[in-house]
Amino acid sequence: MLSVHLILFLAFGAVAVAGAVNLLVQRHPINSALSLIAVMAALAGEYLLLGAEFLAAVQVIVYAGAIMVLFVFVIMLLNAGVEEQTKGSRVAILFGIPGMLLGSLLTAWVLLRHSGTESVPAGALPGSPTEIGWLLFHDYLLPFEITSILILIAIMGAVVLASKHTSPGGGPAQKVKD
Amino acid sequence: MVPLSYYLVLSGILFACGVTGFLIKRNIITIFMSIELMLNGVNLSFVAFAAHWHTLAGQVFVFFVMVVAAAEAAVGLAIILAVYRTRETLNVDQVNLLKL
Repeated sequence: MLSVHLILFLAFGAVAVAGAVNLLVQRHPINSALSLIAVMAALAGEYLLLGAEFLAAVQVIVYAGAIMVLFVFVIMLLNAGVEEQTKGSRVAILFGIPGMLLGSLLTAWVLLRHSGTESVPAGALPGSPTEIGWLLFHDYLLPFEITSILILIAIMGAVVLASKHTSPGGGPAQKVKD
Repeated sequence: MVPLSYYLVLSGILFACGVTGFLIKRNIITIFMSIELMLNGVNLSFVAFAAHWHTLAGQVFVFFVMVVAAAEAAVGLAIILAVYRTRETLNVDQVNLLKL
């Protein structure tokens, strides 16, 4: 007997896995980026099933919205074309695809065999913004402040790295040709 | 009711896809997106464990992972811009200045 929860889990999971496989199959980075957005939206659905409504909203706004827009922006800025096939990529496909299948099967086998059949109840966890915010500003206040410093450093690092003249001598950045 | 192991298997599959993309892709932007896919797979297992053990700590950790991923994306894409500006390629096989 399939419950609604299980059906929704399988639907979102199928979308997520299909998007992840599509990311691997596509040769053009913009197609990969769009399928990654599909994966993130499906994962937001899974978070909703688990009762984490705040995280589902943040997943859509921050991940699928902000971070992926940054990716798409850089792809278009650099005019990234279709990926070239090299000797290295053929060797990587030779080892990468069997490695993925082996890793997935091993993980699935171990988890299904050893983790029992306890169920995760739908929406049983109070994942509302109020509770998350209370936890964030009481128990996890120090990590929260440290991540704000991390964000500040990341902003400055991104500005410094992406600016036009980044060579230490003060002159224009040199082109490296081989 | 969905068993916890189903969520973990889905998370494992996403992580494995991310590792594979990291290995087989030659475009530096796609490799970076594979890293984001791995982070998403780990986030799902965090949320599943949080729901299983009835604690919100897992969700707070996912929040921190998202913050770190945002910082990483900003810096990483700036590095990609700098690499493209000096090497004029996005193919990781051609970025081989440190190779003997």
